[in-house]
Amino acid sequence: MQALTDGSRLMTESLVRSGADVFIGYPITPANNLYAYSKNRFKTFLAAPDEITTMQWMCGFSIAGHLPVTATSFPGFSLMMESINMAYMMELPMVIVLVQRLGPSTGTATCGAQGDLTLLEGMLSGGYNLPVLATSKANDCWTLAEKAVKTANKLRSPVVFLTSKEEMMTQFSFDLGLLEEISPVKRTFYSSDETYYPYKRDENAIPAFLPVSSNKHQVRITASTHNEQGILEGISEAALKNTLMISEKIEKNLGSYLDYELDEKEDAEILLVSWGVTANAVREAARELNNSGKTVSTFIPKTLLPLADVYVDIITKYKHIVFAEENHNSQLKKLIYGARVPSNVHCVNKIGRMIDPMEIIEEVKKHG
Amino acid sequence: MDNQFIINEPLPFCKGCGHTVVSKSTEKALQKLQLNPRDVVLVTDIGCHGIIDKAFATHTVHGLHGRSVALGSGISAGLDNPDKKVIVFVGDGGATIGMQHLIDASHNGFNMTVVIHNNMLYGMTGGQPSEFTPEGFKTPTLPEGAQHAGYDICALASEAGAAYVKRISAIGDISDELAEAFSRKGFSLLEIMEICPSYGVKSNPGLKLKQLMKNAGLDEKVYADKEPRAYKTEERSETSSLLSSKLKIEKNYDSKLSKPIRMFLSGSAGEGVQAAAELFIRAGMKSGLQVTKKGSYPVTVGVGFSASHLILSPDEILYSDSPQPDVMIVSSKDGLSFARKQVEKLDENKLLFIDDSLELPETKAKVVSLPFREEAGARNAMIYALFHYLNQSGFMPMEALKEVFGNSKISGNKKLSELVSGKF
Repeated sequence: MQALTDGSRLMTESLVRSGADVFIGYPITPANNLYAYSKNRFKTFLAAPDEITTMQWMCGFSIAGHLPVTATSFPGFSLMMESINMAYMMELPMVIVLVQRLGPSTGTATCGAQGDLTLLEGMLSGGYNLPVLATSKANDCWTLAEKAVKTANKLRSPVVFLTSKEEMMTQFSFDLGLLEEISPVKRTFYSSDETYYPYKRDENAIPAFLPVSSNKHQVRITASTHNEQGILEGISEAALKNTLMISEKIEKNLGSYLDYELDEKEDAEILLVSWGVTANAVREAARELNNSGKTVSTFIPKTLLPLADVYVDIITKYKHIVFAEENHNSQLKKLIYGARVPSNVHCVNKIGRMIDPMEIIEEVKKHG
Repeated sequence: MDNQFIINEPLPFCKGCGHTVVSKSTEKALQKLQLNPRDVVLVTDIGCHGIIDKAFATHTVHGLHGRSVALGSGISAGLDNPDKKVIVFVGDGGATIGMQHLIDASHNGFNMTVVIHNNMLYGMTGGQPSEFTPEGFKTPTLPEGAQHAGYDICALASEAGAAYVKRISAIGDISDELAEAFSRKGFSLLEIMEICPSYGVKSNPGLKLKQLMKNAGLDEKVYADKEPRAYKTEERSETSSLLSSKLKIEKNYDSKLSKPIRMFLSGSAGEGVQAAAELFIRAGMKSGLQVTKKGSYPVTVGVGFSASHLILSPDEILYSDSPQPDVMIVSSKDGLSFARKQVEKLDENKLLFIDDSLELPETKAKVVSLPFREEAGARNAMIYALFHYLNQSGFMPMEALKEVFGNSKISGNKKLSELVSGKF
């Protein structure tokens, strides 16, 4: 069934079908469509007066047993960051959709960008990561939204769902018949008669969750460094262990939310790498190049954080690697290589507009 | 009376601290109300008062500095259960930082009680003044004394709509006052005046709390006692899918298009540019084409330019921008200002449709200059220009565009409808 839609519509519908039950938000361009769709689609919708309140209400709803969602852009996200650190430390399931726009600061609200990846990598004090998934095409708005909700629930963690202005606001024809069925997340809460410890972990380092609606067990939720009972303990051995175990939980379970697209061509010596809004330009450039006899492979990571070891394995097989990103410094490349970038790694970067597939093709032609 | 709520003693406060009075009276108040520890969610802020949560057998939530009221609001709305009592302990520092949250919670009527431990300074970080520090009150970092009066939070919260507000001092047994606040539906606030024994007493030797309150006009009284406007969380049992069959666009026509057409429409905000663009791509879909439409406009959507990048293609569209459009349509001065450089870059294989009232920029493109605005009016100039363009290009049936036009609100414009049916 062909329909005229946008990514915000697909994403909102998928979030709801996946079991997210509350949207809390403060409107900001270019996340407005998500806000507007959510107003009509979520069972519960709260209009918060600002982004700090948004994230605190999100945490409150999560503590009460809900699975909340918000959508924002950098100016709002930056206000949320202390509270997202809190949600990470409290281990509260929720989904935060970050719609990138041109920065720094308020930048240009109506212009897209891919400028917030390194921000996400460094946003938790201590250098920890929370799961970051990123859309790269229309169907990702559907499938990754489900993955975001289910990962938040499974890992008992906030999940950042990264996207950008054009991915959320551009209208396009789309065959709704291609969308896969989504089943709502099955939430299980601690039900044993034994004393509940809010941060006692299972073999996957995941603590059982229990909302404060419980009439049976005491629930302690804590933002400061705490032991498995949820009691502040400063730098006690138990409290520091708990802090490290939160990170362990995110890393150890990466396989359950790892997602990427790899189109490897035999004999290809060049790999095109991108994520987010530029992924389609890379796909189009690859199509053109392969049709014209110049063989290239493409790699589109969709789980951006934590970075998976397999990404390095994939990339390092190639003679030349071309990164295309709508930012000034190739942030994915920066995360993978740090300060020392090998000479066979090349970049196409633009700010203020989408990267044209022709620009990627031109870069490829420089390298054989 | 045995403790039911405080399970770890001694309490972690300095000798003579009013926080101890609040905690012990809270134990008594909750017992008086015959509550069970599982009926209570105690939310604490950052500050000396906040280290109390580990002493309590209730559910406890320990958050960020200044945000406990917002966090408690979220918990209260999330639980949406009047049988669960959400109590927020916050200091005057946290209340200063989170003042908006207090006003907001009062305004919304969230079911909760906020207990402000007001010792008139930030105790945990060395005794800095807060916005609650009364005029003349000295602190270690403000030995000359505050230059102006502090906030009257009781007056502010009352004005914002709180159901019950009272100011008292942390002297003796205050469990009746706490029980009264806890028993209220909607939003209740108790401001409890204290003097910090470590910083307040030392900086203001001999000062008595009651005298200070009298001098500062901080009366011990009820500020609000009204019918509660208790918050109820909306939870709809059923909402409509965003992917209903109404979105379906049937293919009724065939297009001759063999490769993508990239179009750039540029006009003025408020002149129907986006609506016209959407009609055009809908007609494309009715003709079996894949389409994209990327809008471009300033944040003030009602003024300045409004532009739209369209792609219509017989095949899947990946890249959805059109930096080198095949066709440009410019319908207004704002549109020309925005698109001028692009127009100037067009080569001889490209097409420019432009309103004839506009100065024609230097361009190699084939130009069609017609009185779109004059004939159809400013509001309909873009859709009218699109009819002209399709009439000339013929890459999809005119009937497709006429059909979507006929089903749109724009067709209600009599003059435009007559023009369309007469010319196309």
